[in-house]
Amino acid sequence: MSEAPRLPRAPSRPADGLGLRRAIPDRMLPSVVAAMAFLAALALAGAVGAHALATRWSGGAGAIVIVQVPEPLAAATPGAAGGAAAGTRIDAVQATLAGMPGIASRHLLDARELDQLLQPWLGGHGGAHADLLALPLPAVVQLRLQSGASLPPALPDALDRQAPGTLVEDSAAWSDRLLALTYSLQACAGLALLTVAAVAGWVVALATRAGIVRRRGAIELVHSLGATDSYVAQRFARRTGFLALVGGIIGALVALPVLAQLSRLAAPFSTGAAAGGAAGATPLAGTLPGVLVQVGGGGGGGLLPGLMLDALPLPLLVALPSLPLATGLIGWLTAQATVRAWLRRLP
Amino acid sequence: MIRLSDVSLRIGNGPNWPGRTRFLGRAAQRREVLQGVSFTVPAGAFRWLLGASGAGKSSLLRVLQLGAMPTTGEFELFGTSVQRAPRRQLVRLRRRMGVVFQDLRLLPELSVFDNVALPMRLAQIAEPRVQAEVSEMLNWIGLGRRLLARPGELSGGEQQRAAIARAVVLRPPLLLADEPTGSLDAPQALRLMELLMELNQLGSTVIVATHNDHLVRHFQAPSLRLDRGRLVEDGARAVLVP
Repeated sequence: MSEAPRLPRAPSRPADGLGLRRAIPDRMLPSVVAAMAFLAALALAGAVGAHALATRWSGGAGAIVIVQVPEPLAAATPGAAGGAAAGTRIDAVQATLAGMPGIASRHLLDARELDQLLQPWLGGHGGAHADLLALPLPAVVQLRLQSGASLPPALPDALDRQAPGTLVEDSAAWSDRLLALTYSLQACAGLALLTVAAVAGWVVALATRAGIVRRRGAIELVHSLGATDSYVAQRFARRTGFLALVGGIIGALVALPVLAQLSRLAAPFSTGAAAGGAAGATPLAGTLPGVLVQVGGGGGGGLLPGLMLDALPLPLLVALPSLPLATGLIGWLTAQATVRAWLRRLP
Repeated sequence: MIRLSDVSLRIGNGPNWPGRTRFLGRAAQRREVLQGVSFTVPAGAFRWLLGASGAGKSSLLRVLQLGAMPTTGEFELFGTSVQRAPRRQLVRLRRRMGVVFQDLRLLPELSVFDNVALPMRLAQIAEPRVQAEVSEMLNWIGLGRRLLARPGELSGGEQQRAAIARAVVLRPPLLLADEPTGSLDAPQALRLMELLMELNQLGSTVIVATHNDHLVRHFQAPSLRLDRGRLVEDGARAVLVP
């Protein structure tokens, strides 16, 4: 005698009848989204790096002005600013600069600093100063402009009148070009991100459409049984959103060692060290190379996830985890829109 | 309950504007499968829907189950004008009717229990109540021992009963059945019709499309007869349209 079958246990998530595990397989979509997320991570790193470089240049080299005064100890041109107190050319120039607004600091290089400056060209250690004394060297004044300040256009002429031959090397000209370049790089990275997002959305839409075609009969059935558009769209969106999230996580994880490796390669450029590679590099928060420099420098230790995370700057640390969230959101929204658009064809 | 007034239905891929075939060719051809159909079915009634193959029975049932909107005319269901109803209200109307499809449309990957439970779950009824009522329904219809079987493991008659159980599990006030006995032998068909009559006696309005004259003679009820998309007989009004 056969026993009567027991009732099925109440499932934790009852079957919705749409069979989406078969409609949208769990391999293709995450793989493609992972590739998109990887590209997006590179573009993000580029954007963050360009931004850091722009910040660094505008606050560093771009804010420096070098004033060279030849024959600094000769008498200044009569009637120059500074009056009788400014007897020498360098005194006259210093007096003019002292009255100029927008200067954060002003520093006259002494003989030792000039010696160090010329050492790469003239060679020698310690003894070079004696040789330098015999050369007609100009006095060099280093100015650091306040943030956002710029050199008055009339200043070079004014200085030249007091001490003819005075040169003013304003870094702002090439700094502006560099800034324009970095902004262009940022814009390119942004465009790349948008393109990657659009392609990811397109891929999700295609996968969703394919899923709809595969389960068209089931969708039409649940629709005729009283399912709302939201019900069907929600289930598709949950599935594709989850798969896109998984793809995003994979892509971000794959990108992590690549970014760390890039940082190791970029380390020498970040510190200004002529040689020594990553061994001499130290992380500089907020700058691209510094960001990417591995903690502990060089070697293979940087491939350890903990060290890689330590090496990443805050903007990238925030952006990388948000990448899977963004891919998941793109997947969810695209599936919602695709399914709802398709359902509108049904009465 | 149901009121159709001069309803017609055209099907096809092309747009619906004059001279379309001249510009778009055969792809734009639209066939009128229902023409000027008018009838009323009161609540709690039983109607046979008769006609030869291709007469328009399935098309009329498609309109009645809100699977297609009439091209012209007025369709009123449960006192609601279907064409003017917002989309959300159509969902509510669909939940008030059960449909037995000609091809049954049981989902092969779901068990009999889950297939029958589907309308209740779509209506967001609490799971304990779903468990109790679906089990009761399957016992009543004679499938109490096949709860966990897949549709592919059932005989034709069992599949038919499972489809009926899914259609009536929400106790809908309207039941539409398209050739529900099509794949059954005579005794099974009679048993199935007895079930539908029982549901009708419990208060549901039932419309059954069939071309089985034996059943129509056995179960006396007013009939709606279609011929080439036109209603030519309304048993309740005894009106003949040439």
